[in-house]
Amino acid sequence: MLLDLSKLFGKSKTSKDVAKERLKLVLIHDRANVSPEFLEMVKGEIIKVITNYMDVDESALDIQLTRTKSEEGDRIVPALVANIPIRNVKNSGK
Amino acid sequence: MGEVIVITSGKGGVGKTTTTANIGTGLALLGKKVVLIDTDIGLRNLDVVMGLENRIVYDLVDVVEGSCRIKQALIKDKRYDGLFLLPAAQTRDKSAVNPEQMIKLCNELKEEFDYILVDCPAGIEQGFKNAIAGANRAIVVTTPEVSAVRDADRIIGLLEANELRNPKLLVNRVRVDMVKRGDMMNIDDIIDILAIDLIGVVPDDEKIVVSTNKGEPAVTDDKSLAGQAYKNIVRRIMGEEVPLLNLETDEGLMIKLKKLFGLKAT
Repeated sequence: MLLDLSKLFGKSKTSKDVAKERLKLVLIHDRANVSPEFLEMVKGEIIKVITNYMDVDESALDIQLTRTKSEEGDRIVPALVANIPIRNVKNSGK
Repeated sequence: MGEVIVITSGKGGVGKTTTTANIGTGLALLGKKVVLIDTDIGLRNLDVVMGLENRIVYDLVDVVEGSCRIKQALIKDKRYDGLFLLPAAQTRDKSAVNPEQMIKLCNELKEEFDYILVDCPAGIEQGFKNAIAGANRAIVVTTPEVSAVRDADRIIGLLEANELRNPKLLVNRVRVDMVKRGDMMNIDDIIDILAIDLIGVVPDDEKIVVSTNKGEPAVTDDKSLAGQAYKNIVRRIMGEEVPLLNLETDEGLMIKLKKLFGLKAT
C-alpha cells in the first residue's frame, strides 16, 4: 500500500523497503543454515535409494536447502532442491 | 495450575526486561498471582527495572542449588498484590543453572502462581536454553530494525525446534513518525517476514526511560502510551480479544493519508 502511495507521490524507494529486501535475502541464508554433515547424510540416503533404480553421477550430484514460492504462491517456503544427473535407468524392475 | 511464559529476543537491548516487568506488573494489577524470574545470571537487571534491587537476599542460583527455599528467595513487591521477583545471581555465570533445574523450579512455582514470567538473557547459548526449558508459551520481542528482526527469526526457529510452538511477537519501540515517512518497517512488514502471530505493539515512549529511572513499570502510569500498550498485551495474554491501539497500527494512518490525498485530487 505504501509502495503505491510513494509511487503516486513520485518518491523513490524508502529506506524501510531497502531494509525489508535486505532482511528477506539474509534470512534465506540464515534459515537454510543446516550443517554440512546433515546435508551429507541426506545426500547419502537419497543416493542409496535412487541407485536401486538407476545409475547416477554421484560426483555431479547437488543437493541444497533453499526457499521457494509455495503452491498457492503467496508464501515463501523452505525447499530441498536436488539435482541428480542420471547415467542410466536400470530395467531390472520391469 | 499456572503458566510459564518466556520473554525472549535473541538480540540484546530490544526490551525483554522492560517487557517482563510491565507484563508482570500488569497481570498483578488485574489480580493475578505472578512471579518474575530473571535468568540473566551475571547481568541481572530485572531487579532495578522493578525497583526491587535493595531487597535481594537470595537468588535463582541459591534456589536451584538448594542453599535456600524458594519462598526465601522470592521478593514480594509491596506495591502490587501478588507480584514476586526471583532475581538472578550477579556473581555467577550461566552454567550455574541447567535446564533440568529450571523445569523443576517452574513446575514448583506453577502450583503456587497463575503466571511465571521468565526474562531470558540475550543470545542463544546456555542462558537461553535454561530460560526456555520450563516454558509453556513464548513471547518474542523485537524492534523494527533489521538486526533485531533477523535475530527474532533465528529465535523463532530455535523455539519451534524446542517444541515451543506458536510463539507470539511483540514489536517494541515503534516510531509512528518514522513509519509514516517510510523510514521504519511497519507491523505488516515485520509480520510478513517473521510469519508469526502478533501479541502487541509498543510505541517508542520517553516515559519508559522515566519509569525505569524510578523503578516503576510504565504499565502503572495511565498517561504513558507504552503503558497503555502493555495493558492491552496483558489482557491478550489472559485470552481477551483486544484491538490494537489506533496509533499501534499504521492502517489508520494510511487511511488518513489516503483521505488527504483524495481531498487533494478532487
